[in-house]
Amino acid sequence: MHEYSIVQALLERVEQEAAARGARRVVRLWVRLGELSGVEPELLATAYETFRERTLCESAPMELDRVAAAWACRRCARPLVGARRCPECDVPATLVAGDEIVLSRIEMEVPDV
Amino acid sequence: MCDTCGCGDTKIIPVEVHDRILADNDRQARHNREHLEADGVLAINLMGSPGAGKTALLEATARALGGKRKLGAISGDLATDRDAERLRAAGVPSIGITTGSACHLDAAMVHHALHDPPWRSIDCLFIENVGNLVCPAIYDLGQRANVVALSVTEGVDKPLKYPVMFQRADLVVLTKVDLLPFLEDVSVAAIADALARVMPEPRMIAASARTGIGIDAWAAWLEEQRHPSSARSRESYPG
Repeated sequence: MHEYSIVQALLERVEQEAAARGARRVVRLWVRLGELSGVEPELLATAYETFRERTLCESAPMELDRVAAAWACRRCARPLVGARRCPECDVPATLVAGDEIVLSRIEMEVPDV
Repeated sequence: MCDTCGCGDTKIIPVEVHDRILADNDRQARHNREHLEADGVLAINLMGSPGAGKTALLEATARALGGKRKLGAISGDLATDRDAERLRAAGVPSIGITTGSACHLDAAMVHHALHDPPWRSIDCLFIENVGNLVCPAIYDLGQRANVVALSVTEGVDKPLKYPVMFQRADLVVLTKVDLLPFLEDVSVAAIADALARVMPEPRMIAASARTGIGIDAWAAWLEEQRHPSSARSRESYPG
């Protein structure tokens, strides 16, 4: 259940960004989560609901954007579907998408100065 | 505008971040890696299920390499110092990290453990992670390579069930192969096939800590890793 550790890191990061701008509260945040990130979206959402109480994120829904895994050849960059080796170059595939655990965007309420 | 406290009006702004949530851990891991590489220490993140035989593999490694290379270990467990005690008894200087409820080691825990000598003078540091096929895969610790110990008694489908762990492995050590004659439904070929479906560069060594089979090949693989060009782990964590 590392989702709780992830949420703690997420809240710390959001609070840093909010503090830097003097934000009073966070309105909404967006997280991108890869299919092969090793993080379960539902567990992450549950952990977020638990930990956001009494933080700047208390009233901020978290939007999860799922990212499908995508592989490509390391050499020719051709997308590879269902294979872990490029049939042309005979080199191993590399994961080009799908391992994201990324805080993409925060909407926050700041003083209008 | 509020004239009482001067709080002023507010507006809602979007802030684009696009940064890894574990960026702090990544920074700490980079710091660990810089120190380990500068001191010429080969750091291996050894992962696997509870009971996969991680500690037994390291005990066998100490028997095979103890005279030739200076080994050290950091062992993570939720409770008890038993693995570190076993490794110290095998002649490997070891420190235990008790994680409490945490299901994985993180880079800060490893950094803290590394502050005690004699890590700088050793050749090979094994970071024996908490027994778990899920969470440890996510946290970079500063290692040069990821190794997963997978025992034959876990069956043939673990790589397919836990693809993230195996996808990030530089090597899988198939442990307890001396038990294969007792396991009708398990074959090395079937496990190799499952690994090839999830690992970009499948590499497996069949070994038994009890009989010593495969320990030479494992020791040879470790020697190979001492040359940085052969390692892949530094690029397997994004950002």
